[in-house]
Amino acid sequence: MTAILSVNDVDAGYGPSEVLQKVNIYVDEGEIVCLLGSNAAGKSTTLRTILGMVRARAGTISLRGEQIQTLSTQQIVSKGITMVPENRRLFAKMTVRENLEIGANMRRDKAEILTDIDRVFLLFPRLKERVAQKAGSMSGGEQQMLAIGRALMAKPSVLLMDEPSMGLAPILVQQVFETIQQINADGVTVLVVEQNANVALAIADRGYVIQTGRIVMSDTAKAMLANPKLRDAYLGELEG
Amino acid sequence: MTTQSAAGSRYRLFLERFPVRRFVLVLLALVIAYGGAAGSIATLRAGRFSGEVWANLFISGVARGSVYAIIALGYTLVYGILFIINFAHGEVFMAGAFTAYFVAVGLASKGMLESNPIISIGILFVVSSLVSMGVAILLERIAYRPLRGAPRLVPLITAIGASLFLQYTFRGFYGANARAYPTIPAIQGTWEIGSFPVQKVHLISILGAVALWLVLFWIVERTRVGREMRAVGEDREIAALMGVDVDRTIVFTFGIGGALAGAAGILYVFLFNQVIFTMGFFPGLKAFTAAVLGGIGSITGAALGGLILGILETVGPNLFLDGAGVPSPNQLIPIVAFGILVLVLIFLPGGFLGAPDDKSRA
Ligand SMILES: Nc1ncnc2c1ncn2[C@@H]1O[C@H](COP(=O)(O)OP(=O)(O)O)[C@@H](O)[C@H]1O
Ligand SMILES: [Mg+2]
Repeated sequence: MTAILSVNDVDAGYGPSEVLQKVNIYVDEGEIVCLLGSNAAGKSTTLRTILGMVRARAGTISLRGEQIQTLSTQQIVSKGITMVPENRRLFAKMTVRENLEIGANMRRDKAEILTDIDRVFLLFPRLKERVAQKAGSMSGGEQQMLAIGRALMAKPSVLLMDEPSMGLAPILVQQVFETIQQINADGVTVLVVEQNANVALAIADRGYVIQTGRIVMSDTAKAMLANPKLRDAYLGELEG
Repeated sequence: MTTQSAAGSRYRLFLERFPVRRFVLVLLALVIAYGGAAGSIATLRAGRFSGEVWANLFISGVARGSVYAIIALGYTLVYGILFIINFAHGEVFMAGAFTAYFVAVGLASKGMLESNPIISIGILFVVSSLVSMGVAILLERIAYRPLRGAPRLVPLITAIGASLFLQYTFRGFYGANARAYPTIPAIQGTWEIGSFPVQKVHLISILGAVALWLVLFWIVERTRVGREMRAVGEDREIAALMGVDVDRTIVFTFGIGGALAGAAGILYVFLFNQVIFTMGFFPGLKAFTAAVLGGIGSITGAALGGLILGILETVGPNLFLDGAGVPSPNQLIPIVAFGILVLVLIFLPGGFLGAPDDKSRA
């Protein structure tokens, strides 16, 4: 079985600085895979490279067997992959509804877009109450819900998520991860980046650990949870 | 010794804390306000102008302000998406109006301007808008796109270069002389509003500008491409993540700003009746002033800034300066326009409806 998404020996960086070195990650259809690592390890760079926001300098990235590492972001997302970016990056001056609509920007099926907006409201009833409010004026938790909703509006088959728990109270973190499970159960393949190892591994099938731009460990989530070396060796002082 | 130095340091502290800048600014504002008020009172006391004259000045101010507002939209749209000032926008405006001049001459020679004024005016608007749109799109492609991501100063210098390049290119095409636009008899003279005569060209400029503004507002707020424009303006990378074609959206923004400038060019020649290759300079700068006054990046701000500037330009010199004994105050219109620009930049850097913005990317 070939993976739906695979990153093969990818190098990437910013200007003169090399960040990723020979990164290998694959995600099978229907999986939840988590990419763990401490601050500045290269987690966001990995996701951004998959989406063409950072160019891979070497290696290949395939989506359903098709190489995408030379395509533009716009072309890549049209193939059914999108991201909930780090820090949410909502369109702060747009309303909740407009943020959801622009999430569906590539779609032409007007009627279905409307039903999908309703489905997002079903998932996050809070958003429905705030539908006409500017996204920038909402709380952190609401913004994370909207960021997830906006990504779902693209009807992705693969969803990348960059630290969805960042800045959220523990109870909200729990909720967000339950939502991720639900999205996955609806058939979306998920690659989630986290510093918060325990919550992520609890819902993941498999995990990778990245350290200074290299993948240093990969295993099933169960094995990683049981592995005492994980926290001590790779996740540094960050609690899981 | 100790008491003396303590007193000295207290004195220095006072000096340091004393808000010199604010003091000078407030003083300046008071002087200007006093001057304006004294001049106005003297003017009104002298009673040289009747109420009807004031009303006419006001309406002609609204008319020219409407034209500034439509040109200002081009600055504001491009700033809103790229955070650069397209200082060649005045030349985009000139290009359309000047090219349409030759069409107008052609139509005049066939008697079309008399026999079919509405169709003729329609043709002039279409030609002017298309030419300005084309120039604006070329400008983006050639002068700005290669500089995307460069420090803000770089496209600014390019804009000034492009501005001169366009002026002299059109001088090369069309010659150095000022040319009088052929008159369209149907829009000469006045219409009675109630019993008050209003010049037709004033009313046409105002209504035309209102229509153009409404169309633009609808595009930006209610259409897909407008939403894409706003998305690119807020976060270009995330817009691309949403599948927005960023390059195409930027081209569209320049194109629509150019088309508006071209349409404004026709309204402008209705008001001022002549074209010359340098004609973009002052309207361009004034529209830029209007955009800053209203809050650059804001569509409503551009309309507000344009109107305020237009009215101050026509009413201002007569009101503030005439009574103060300044000879031929209307020669001093640029002082009003650019005096306002400086004052706004000092006191209200974000304009009326914008927030001060320190984004430094281009
Ligand atoms: N835009 C950028 N320009 C230059 N260096 C960057 C940029 N973004 C990230 N980096 C660097 O790349 C490394 C990895 O960053 P990142 O992928 O954001 O880490 P993580 O998401 O794991 O915290 C860090 O050393 C960071 O400083
Ligand atoms: Mg990160």
